[in-house]
Amino acid sequence: MSSTPDEVLGAAPQDEGDTSPAVIGRRPVETVTLAIVLAFSVLMAWDNWRTGIAWESTGPKAGYFPFYVSVIMAGACLWGLAIEFMRRGTPDEPFVRRNQFRRVMQVFVPTLAFVPATQWLGLYVSSFILIAGFMIAIGKLKPWISIVTALVFSVAMFVTFEIAFDVIMPKGPLERMLGR
Amino acid sequence: MEAFGLLAMGFKVLLTWKILALMMVGLTLGIFVGVLPGLGGPNGVAILLPLTFTMDPTSAIVMLSCIYWGALFGGAITSILFNIPGEAWSVATTFDGYPMAQKGQAAEALTAAFTSSFIGSFVAVLLITFLAPRIASFALQFGPPEFFAVYLLTFCSFVGLGKEDKHKTIISMALGLLIAGIGMDTVSGTLRMTFGSSELLRGVNFLVAVIGLFGISEILLTMEERLALKGHAARISLRVVWSVWKDLPKYWVTLVRSSFIGCWLGITPGGAIAASFMGYNLAKRMSKDPESFGKGRIEGVFAPETAAHASGTSALLPMLALGIPGSGTAAILLGGLMVWGLNPGPMLFVEHKDFVWGLIASMYLGNVVGLVMVLTTVPIFASVLRVPFAAIAPMIVVSCAIGAFAIQNAMFDIWLMVLFGVVGYVFKKIGIPLAPLTLALVLGSRAEDSFRLSMIGAAGDLRVFWSNGLVGTITTLALVLLFWPVIARAIRALRPRPQPA
Repeated sequence: MSSTPDEVLGAAPQDEGDTSPAVIGRRPVETVTLAIVLAFSVLMAWDNWRTGIAWESTGPKAGYFPFYVSVIMAGACLWGLAIEFMRRGTPDEPFVRRNQFRRVMQVFVPTLAFVPATQWLGLYVSSFILIAGFMIAIGKLKPWISIVTALVFSVAMFVTFEIAFDVIMPKGPLERMLGR
Repeated sequence: MEAFGLLAMGFKVLLTWKILALMMVGLTLGIFVGVLPGLGGPNGVAILLPLTFTMDPTSAIVMLSCIYWGALFGGAITSILFNIPGEAWSVATTFDGYPMAQKGQAAEALTAAFTSSFIGSFVAVLLITFLAPRIASFALQFGPPEFFAVYLLTFCSFVGLGKEDKHKTIISMALGLLIAGIGMDTVSGTLRMTFGSSELLRGVNFLVAVIGLFGISEILLTMEERLALKGHAARISLRVVWSVWKDLPKYWVTLVRSSFIGCWLGITPGGAIAASFMGYNLAKRMSKDPESFGKGRIEGVFAPETAAHASGTSALLPMLALGIPGSGTAAILLGGLMVWGLNPGPMLFVEHKDFVWGLIASMYLGNVVGLVMVLTTVPIFASVLRVPFAAIAPMIVVSCAIGAFAIQNAMFDIWLMVLFGVVGYVFKKIGIPLAPLTLALVLGSRAEDSFRLSMIGAAGDLRVFWSNGLVGTITTLALVLLFWPVIARAIRALRPRPQPA
């Protein structure tokens, strides 16, 4: 940047030019994805064939349309795999680097844990834990700021959805104690 | 001029305190999601949709379209101040917008961006006002074959005209069609692709998929990039606004050209991104001083913003008149309409007149109110970016989960959302476009129904798609677009090469 910004905002440290080793190349991921989609289309084609792809007096059976869509999708996957096969041996670019992957997991793993937690603790309590925990552990923010932010957000969500808009969310022991 | 009377009626529907308050709320929320890194138009609308479930349809759609306007305006703030395009179509805005901010002209750049968004959207709304009812009344004579032909045209133009690898577009679209087909078959009532699961019986809800594909995957991508938010502060004073507006007439050619490009490309699906780049490139090429572009020239902000917003708005035209969304966000709005049992398309203009014209009137009003709001509140929203991403990310995750759950009160949907989040992340990284998937998800069952109904009507004869001039033209056009890359190459090969002099 040639000129100095009037004011630099945000505190996220920037790692200039991430050079950490690639976890996996882009090409293998593409090949695997195409293979999975291909398997999915075969599964779908089979299921629709079972449902019936023939014609009856009232027109095509329920499996007709999706069956042919699956066939088209399988064809496109094979085409993509063929292109990948022809390109093998040429240089690849990284799909994700190690540092990037770590950061993605930092948000993905808590999200994954959050889902079952909503069932046991209720959505609002889990939200509080997720937000406060994430801000403290991963954002390295001051604990009291994190806890207040999480509390305000969860309560605001509760008031908006549960009270103002009557949208019912999964609830846990805390809400039961409060008699909702 | 029947449209004026109807429009006046629409305004009458809108001008209640409740609706005006909802507009302000929608705009604020929209600018908020537009400014937040990792969110944008489609994501914001998808996440905030559940808020509107308990409202009446008119209030709900007014609020949704205001969220959309807000997100469009908000995207310009991040592009110019932070060099982070909120949406793909804001990329061209950063070319000259960010250099302007670096030169200390952030306020001018923002004013230019907001004003040109306003102009572009305004032209497109005018087009909608006068053209949509005509197209709708024309489409009233459509039968199932015509509708299928139009759907086919939409799908084919994505494949033929898209910039992505063809097979990837096809995969994305086919996947959407398949997912849309899961559950109970609407024509015969047979269950299919459920594999005995009672959760899949209902089918995969479109909005759950969209929240995962756009919201969750965006969070993963943003974390990966770890956005370093280095930006410029801005405050817009009346003096700056005046000085930019005073110069507007000088750029009328650019504005008109970009509005035209935007409207044209917006009606064809997936056009907004192309429109912004085309608007920018044409302005650059036709300029007397093309070298100065990219170094902070105000015209370089006017051109792409006008085109992008004209096309973003005119994408709503085919959605309203034919039930075919012209963009990902329009597709989500369409999904929103269907939640209330409103089926966009020609019948909407007949059966729900007050609703349609209320919506069109809200576009005018939302656009004007939005412009005033962003001009006055930029400093507040720019400071949103000061909030560390570590606080924003979990909040977005929670909002997504609330949105996904609220649609059908199903825990299963939250899991599905996470799954779609991973799919969206991987697809985006290997270049499989998500817009065709979204479109196919929305249109899938309608396309299938119209196909099967026309097949039943014609006793399985495929020639029904060429049975009259109208349907034949649309079907042929669809096939031409599908094979356009091949055809274009053939034409180029056949054309005699100019002899070197």
